[in-house]
Amino acid sequence: MTGLAVEHLTRRFTTAEGGVVVALEDAVVDVPSGSFTSIIGPSGCGKSTLFSIIAGLDRPTGGRVLLDEEDCTGQQGRVGYMLQKDLLLPWRTVLANVVLGLEVAGVGRREREGIARRLLQHYGLGDFAGRYPAELSGGMRQRAALLRTILTNRQVLLLDEPFGALDAFTRAQMQEWLLDLWDDLGKTVLFVTHDIEEAVYLSDVVYVMSPRPGRVVGRLEIDLDRPRKPSVVTSRRFVELRAQALDLLDHAPAGRVAA
Amino acid sequence: MSAPTQTRPGSTVEGRVASSAEVRDAMQDLERLTPPPRARPAPAAPRPEPRLLVPALRVLALVVLVGGWEVAARTGVVDPFFYSMPSQIWATGVTAVTEGTVLLDTAYTFSATLLGFAIGTVVGVAVGLSFWWSRRYAAVAEPFVVAFEAMPKLALAPIVVLVLGIGISSKVAMATALVVVVQALNTYSGVKSVDPDLTRMLASVGASRRQVFAKVVVPTTLPWVVSGLRVTIGLALSGAIVGEYIGATQGIGRMIQYAGSTYEISLIWVGIAVLAALSMVLYAVVGAVERRFLASLHVSR
Repeated sequence: MTGLAVEHLTRRFTTAEGGVVVALEDAVVDVPSGSFTSIIGPSGCGKSTLFSIIAGLDRPTGGRVLLDEEDCTGQQGRVGYMLQKDLLLPWRTVLANVVLGLEVAGVGRREREGIARRLLQHYGLGDFAGRYPAELSGGMRQRAALLRTILTNRQVLLLDEPFGALDAFTRAQMQEWLLDLWDDLGKTVLFVTHDIEEAVYLSDVVYVMSPRPGRVVGRLEIDLDRPRKPSVVTSRRFVELRAQALDLLDHAPAGRVAA
Repeated sequence: MSAPTQTRPGSTVEGRVASSAEVRDAMQDLERLTPPPRARPAPAAPRPEPRLLVPALRVLALVVLVGGWEVAARTGVVDPFFYSMPSQIWATGVTAVTEGTVLLDTAYTFSATLLGFAIGTVVGVAVGLSFWWSRRYAAVAEPFVVAFEAMPKLALAPIVVLVLGIGISSKVAMATALVVVVQALNTYSGVKSVDPDLTRMLASVGASRRQVFAKVVVPTTLPWVVSGLRVTIGLALSGAIVGEYIGATQGIGRMIQYAGSTYEISLIWVGIAVLAALSMVLYAVVGAVERRFLASLHVSR
């Protein structure tokens, strides 16, 4: 099991005109092993910068990324990473898409497809293994994208607004599905969303970020029992937590947030 | 909200009244100035076209064109010495096929075209794809490629024929020159269209640059390459013909050139007809390849 810790991450960009933009300032985030942690914040709060740095696609100006105490700042391929765009390759079947990580790692075709078929079957994509992405609904595509991330066999998963483009019904289904999957596999998840309810419903801990400069302005422990049922959103505790999260966001500088 | 409209002190209320009067005025003007809608019947459902109508009309158009030309030439409306006439062209064509070397010439031009097309495509695609590997190299090379693109390459023909001789290699070189730049720029457009998020996704699953190239860049670029083939096949044919104009011992281009210098207008037309047929065949083949290929990609466009 692997926990993720982000220590005092700062990222400054120099613009073409010579100005300095602080995309991320002194961010501290702790994601204990096997936990589900969310980050909420308006556009421009540095969430994507934070994710790029954790994923090793960008280097911080200062600070460190730790996986189980090991410094892995600037290392690519240590964590699973998923975006709002499903990024499925249109010329590949679902099966050929989800095995991409194993293929890149040099695992033989039979082995990788054997693993993938079992997971696709169990997580509701069994009938779609031979289909092409263009034939799938948005929800199904996101499921395939998440399974592709799972199949990279990383303990830590970064999910960057994975359900942001889905309609409300599909999104609710996907949240259930994700919680099941997380429950089964015991992954350490760091999840970014604009949606406060989604963050509170899914997480153990919610971090609140604010823009310009991007920084962490609050941390909220979600002490709702697990496993959670969708009806939990009407409980008093849920409503209180949601109000607290909104409050933290409101005290952050301007920006648009969906409640 | 069922709450009554907020009542705020004086000015706001007056403002609201004023603005609603403004809206009422505007609506009255709108009413006054808009012409009443004219009733038009809904369009009738399109009647199914008789299946053979379009082909029949096409044949008719061809008959009118060719027949008109024949009549105009025979009645002296156009001078048959300069313009020839269909019956004469047909007779010349038959003679050229049975007694002349038209078939060999066609094979010669066809080979030069296909060779130049193949070489130009391979080299052009390789150059275009190579731009993916280094942004600096691409930036340095791009203006040269664009300059070569802008240059009228047909003007190079005399030099090419001088250097490579009047054999087939100069024709292949001309065809290649026309194909290579267009395909290189076209492939480069494809390379530039690669979604950077896809590249990042692959990097995040641990792919090397070579793997990103093979699994994303090449597949993304292929449809661009294939669409480019329809353009470049025509260019290859033009290149080969111009090469033959400048100096050759065989080929349809040489035949046309020779016919021109001896005032055999009918033979020129025979050459043009052969080239048109050749061009249509090549175009149809490339088009069929493109359709099958794009269908196999499952890219919804």
